[in-house]
Amino acid sequence: MDQIILQLLNGLDKGSAYALIALGLTLIFGTLGVVNFAHGALFMIGAFCSVTLQKILMISQITIDESKTDFLGNALKVKTPYVEVWFGEATGQAIIDWSVPLAILFAIPIMLFIGWAMERGLIKHFYNRPHADQILVTFGLAIVLQEVIKQFYGANPIPTPAPDVFKGSFDFGTMLGFEANKIIYPFWRIVYFVFSVIIISGVFSFLRFTTFGMVVRAGMVDRETVGLLGINIDKRFTIMFGVAAAVAGLAGVMYTPINSPNYHMGMDFLVLSFVVVVVGGMGSLPGAILAGFMLGILESFASMNEIKSILPGIDQIIIYLVAIIILLTRPRGLMGKKGVMED
Amino acid sequence: MSHNKTTRRGLLKGGAVVGAGLAMPTFFTSQANAYTNAPSGGKVTLGFNVPQTGPYADEGADELRAYELAVEHLNGGGDGGMMNTFSSNALKGNGILGNKVAFVTGDTQTKSDAARASAKSMIEKDGAVMITGGSSSGVAIAVQGLCQEAGVIFMAGLTHSNDTTGKDKKANGFRHFFNGYMSGAALAPVLEKMYGKDRRAYHLTADYTWGWTQQESIQAATEAKGWETVNNVLTPLATTDFSSYVAPVLNSGADILVLNHYGGNMINSLTAAVQFGLRDKVVNGNNFEIVVPLYSRLMAKGAGENVKGIFGSTNWHWSLQDEGSKAFVKSFGTKYGFPPSQAAHTVYCQTLLYADACERAGTHNPCGVGEALEGFKFDGLGNGETEYRAEDHQCFKDVLVVKGKENPTSEFDVLEVVEVTPRAQVEYAPDHPMFAGGELGKCNPGA
Repeated sequence: MDQIILQLLNGLDKGSAYALIALGLTLIFGTLGVVNFAHGALFMIGAFCSVTLQKILMISQITIDESKTDFLGNALKVKTPYVEVWFGEATGQAIIDWSVPLAILFAIPIMLFIGWAMERGLIKHFYNRPHADQILVTFGLAIVLQEVIKQFYGANPIPTPAPDVFKGSFDFGTMLGFEANKIIYPFWRIVYFVFSVIIISGVFSFLRFTTFGMVVRAGMVDRETVGLLGINIDKRFTIMFGVAAAVAGLAGVMYTPINSPNYHMGMDFLVLSFVVVVVGGMGSLPGAILAGFMLGILESFASMNEIKSILPGIDQIIIYLVAIIILLTRPRGLMGKKGVMED
Repeated sequence: MSHNKTTRRGLLKGGAVVGAGLAMPTFFTSQANAYTNAPSGGKVTLGFNVPQTGPYADEGADELRAYELAVEHLNGGGDGGMMNTFSSNALKGNGILGNKVAFVTGDTQTKSDAARASAKSMIEKDGAVMITGGSSSGVAIAVQGLCQEAGVIFMAGLTHSNDTTGKDKKANGFRHFFNGYMSGAALAPVLEKMYGKDRRAYHLTADYTWGWTQQESIQAATEAKGWETVNNVLTPLATTDFSSYVAPVLNSGADILVLNHYGGNMINSLTAAVQFGLRDKVVNGNNFEIVVPLYSRLMAKGAGENVKGIFGSTNWHWSLQDEGSKAFVKSFGTKYGFPPSQAAHTVYCQTLLYADACERAGTHNPCGVGEALEGFKFDGLGNGETEYRAEDHQCFKDVLVVKGKENPTSEFDVLEVVEVTPRAQVEYAPDHPMFAGGELGKCNPGA
């Protein structure tokens, strides 16, 4: 039982990442009809916003310590971050320690701008082209973006730790009446799950309860009619592209303490997230969330030793297996609209 | 009256023969020389086959830096680096056998097929007489096989699987880097000393040749010290989130987690294990500990603070104070501004060792070079007294047991050397079961 609860928790945080990326992916498809294979790259860029802020906060004043030597035997250059020089050691260290949460504020304008630039600069030219063209151009863009990041940051993962207060793990087991250490779960992964719930709720509320959101939803149903009412729906869809980019970026920012970011992390998530969108139903926001969490949990259960001893390698194929079964029995996905991507 | 005897059919036949000859790969047409890609025009070309893209690109970049430094030194440039401390005096700084050393590079992408394709191109098109490099055992084994077929020497770079000089060994292939067995033999006594005999280990193992042999070696070495192995779980190489593999560890009754992972796998699995708070737990009355059998400074840097206090092994470290290491660190650090990695060190050594063997053999012929390397004993290259064993082309030397440094003084100061394990402790018989199953075979000069 304890193993089942543990894998359920694991699935929730994996599902959080899948759901957040898939949410943006399906939002773009639902509004603009574009299959955006560069969406994983937006997740990766968000993560590197976190790395960038950390590097900015670590820009240091250099002093020479004659009493120590570096690896070449020269006097040691001691680096003291300017935030520590300006705000004092304790405050400066606290700011650096909280660089990941602070990166949320840093990433939002950057991701909105990148989303806007991507849509206006490239993707709008492919609205009336076949989906195959859209996939090719956005996949190409994803490769370009990851190579640019690699050029600046290198190929190795860069550690971006969570604030000290969130290090370590929480013992769920004792809370549920199990022995100590039976069901432990890292604090930051709990934070990530809560964060994803807040973002998902925020996006749904924005679409549901604001005039802007209602217009966007109306445009998703019937773009032409909304346009005939004198509403500039294209502009709103461009903004939604920016919002989708920001959601993916924020998912990336908060993911950095879970896995040290590297230039390839977007690709690692892209294919799985695309499967999530297809399983959930292309263009369906609730479908993306449902499928994200469902596949995350299934993937976690499939990696249990007990399951793998019966079905070796099942953890590698479970998501695709489920996708095949669902698409065979329900081609439009779990919550997709009838007629959308059913062919 | 003249009769033109050239017929259409004859012309076609002749053309086909000439065409086939021109189209044939160079290593099948090298009968004119005694071996493939004999140097000409006062120049000898070496092929550096490293990951320039993909997850190990940073390691590949460091290898390339070291190769370029080695070429500079061989051609008489720079401060000479470890040529000044190398026990052999055959290298004069005038290239190799009087030929100026040139090089071409290939991108392995850390994929066996891409690595073979780039090595093949360097041999056939660029005339490389020796191929060297790699940051993965799968790649090294694949390229070693190709070099054997093509008739060129392969000087392996960073490859740690027992199989490289075990069941997949080849007469044309030589490895300076240590291997999984040596890691186990060096680490186990230190782990016993630090953590005691009564321990239960849980292994997470990368599911490919290196992971399998590494795990087998560590399990055998630690069980010989009294440890029990609770479980060994194979993890797919493409795994990025190890939480579902780490989560069951505490419930298994294990009090040690051995991460037979390298590169991104190591960073992510170690990060997950630390996040789950394993190191804060007490199991079986013991503090829970994590072991990373193969460390790389470049990778350890990626894991950040998570490596602090964690034991592992490494082939070489820039903080060593022997004359060879100091010379190499000075030379590399002055040129590039930071200390070299173990990958850089091993490929620099391999380049010098190849050049030295050519000089001593008086030829680039792979069979002559191989003969010069087999059983060659040397010193001054940073690992103490070393021998290239003739039976399997594996270098035997001291191995370093290291630990993640608690109080680093710089971004390069990630690991500290805990023990220099003497060569005798990590040596094994050529027919050891972990290395059984393959034949060295005969050297292939390609002619």
